[in-house]
Amino acid sequence: MKNFISDSKGYYGEYGGAYIPEMLRHNVKELGDIYFDLINSDGFQKEYRNLLKNYAGRPSPLYFAPRLSEYYKANIYLKREDLNHTGSHKINNTLGQILLAKYMGKKRIIAETGAGQHGVATATVCALFGLECIVYMGEVDIERQQPNVKRMEMLGAKVVPAKSGSRTLKDATNEALRDWIANPEDTFYIIGSVVGPHPYPDLVAYFQSIISSELKEQLVEQNGDENPDYIIACVGGGSNAAGIFYHYIDNHKVKLIGVEAAGKGVNTDLNAASIKNGHRGVIHGSMTYLMQDDDGQIIEPYSISAGLDYPGVGPLHAWLNDSGKAKYIEATDQQALDAAYRCARLEGIIPALESAHAIAALDIMSFNTNDVIVINISGRGDKDMAAYIDSLKYLNNYE
Amino acid sequence: MNRIDSLFQNKKAQILSVYFTAGYPELEDTMKIIETLDKSGADMIEIGMPFSDPVADGPVIQESSKIALGNGMNLDLLFKQIKTLRQKTQIPVILMGYINPVFRMGMEIFLNKCQHAGIDGLILPDLPAEEYEEHFKSLFEERGINNILLITPQTSDTRILEIDNLSRGFIYVVSNYATTGGQSDFSSNQLSYFRRIKNLNLKNPLMIGFGISDKKKFNTVCEYAAGGIVGTSFIQALNEQGKIEKKVGEFVQKFKEVL
Ligand SMILES: Cc1ncc(COP(=O)(O)O)c(C=O)c1O
Repeated sequence: MKNFISDSKGYYGEYGGAYIPEMLRHNVKELGDIYFDLINSDGFQKEYRNLLKNYAGRPSPLYFAPRLSEYYKANIYLKREDLNHTGSHKINNTLGQILLAKYMGKKRIIAETGAGQHGVATATVCALFGLECIVYMGEVDIERQQPNVKRMEMLGAKVVPAKSGSRTLKDATNEALRDWIANPEDTFYIIGSVVGPHPYPDLVAYFQSIISSELKEQLVEQNGDENPDYIIACVGGGSNAAGIFYHYIDNHKVKLIGVEAAGKGVNTDLNAASIKNGHRGVIHGSMTYLMQDDDGQIIEPYSISAGLDYPGVGPLHAWLNDSGKAKYIEATDQQALDAAYRCARLEGIIPALESAHAIAALDIMSFNTNDVIVINISGRGDKDMAAYIDSLKYLNNYE
Repeated sequence: MNRIDSLFQNKKAQILSVYFTAGYPELEDTMKIIETLDKSGADMIEIGMPFSDPVADGPVIQESSKIALGNGMNLDLLFKQIKTLRQKTQIPVILMGYINPVFRMGMEIFLNKCQHAGIDGLILPDLPAEEYEEHFKSLFEERGINNILLITPQTSDTRILEIDNLSRGFIYVVSNYATTGGQSDFSSNQLSYFRRIKNLNLKNPLMIGFGISDKKKFNTVCEYAAGGIVGTSFIQALNEQGKIEKKVGEFVQKFKEVL
């Protein structure tokens, strides 16, 4: 059996695999047996490419950001995933997975969501394909990402609150998995990031890889060289990062930087920096870095950004980290807010709080004046206006 | 001889296995519950090792796990509590739980502690059969600990035969598409699934679990399997007012009565 990046059992080095109870095995194996050939079939590719172009609005622009470049004394490009239909990179993945569901004859779609971007992107493709849609979302996230809850409902999805644990993304994922256990026959689970049991990390990374295949062409066109010095992306589960890293993995000319959420600080109890603070462990069917205590209980994470508020990370990133193929740094809530305001004021672009963590790398790292830096703007900030308005006092610093 | 193996050698029908979550309702209830279950006539005991994210469990066991962890239960403490297990009882005891805390401790250290405490078997639902076979089977066998594997209504006959070959002790037949605790009556689909498994004439005895809430359902599963596993409804019984000994005794009695 062939795979995109992971080995035939879904491992990246020692990470990944499919640590799932027997109740999920049939579904996961059914998908694992067909995804590679199905995705590579002419019919699938034709339909997928058409939807990416004419429905999602791809290619997303690569934009040279002159005022950020001047401010940071480097050549900064923004990959504008925020301009996709539904406002983030998540649509690249949900269009792919809804096609898998269609080819497999599934009638009912479930998903988990943190920031609500994946939920919206799933509700959107379900409307498009006329399929029932149930989205699990932590109660805390329902509160802090209200606009997206309303969007999902308008699109016809049912949003079910997850009330256990920290009532965020991890707990929403638990509920989605429980739903799948109870409804194994007609239901397809559209996972929102490069997490979960094999084959999910592999297929989600593939669906997001469109970001770096476009980037290569756009960089040649605009800068005469497909290789930038740095590619920077935020890492929750790690799908937007996986997508923009994808075609540059093992390209030694390009430094790949993932930015995790440091919340109130990596040395406090309130962060979601799983690579920095985690230990090898199993979450949602995958061996990876996991924030856990000495007894192996999962630690409830924290970030101002709902999309990064997850105690694990995709196994691909665990492997990229250990092998030195990519480097992971952390940005705090405050650094992300700073970066969001800077991007807004200098470029007229309000980024999602998640993406703001990637932009914060410009403050955290140091660069040379000739460096070409690409930052993935994974989503737009509309959904985060409540949090941004909350920090209005803080906005005065910029006046 | 492994106590699970001798149980099934000596008793072929109406085997009652009872699950409870360690550290629930009170932190120090573990040994009291074990001893009372034994005295009341349960045949086998499954001790749940509570986990923060019990994905395969329904609301009742989720809640008991949360309370147990809140009470301060952890693996080290559990092993301390059951240090005197084998001075007190010879009932077969299985530990059941999610793989992450076990990996965190280290599988080998964990198995050594199990062997030391006199644990007879393990149920680790999110350790897939393939991973077990490739990496851990010999570690289990050297210590005489049975790994109990699950089958579900979706498990194909070929895979059931593979699991039968890999299993020791018994096979855990999950009764339904559900997390633990589904309560409605058995459907005709479930009964024909039980019949299909029974007719495969596997090497290992069968125990049916998930959703066995009363004596009537227990009797039904006993027509197809060596016995049944009761968890959620036992946790619910523990939840009620009264002394542990009395609640446990009365609960087991209900399953022992001849209808
Ligand atoms: C805009 C945006 N960026 C990033 C993420 C984080 O996910 P991932 O790390 O999978 O890209 C999310 C998740 O909700 C998101 O909405």
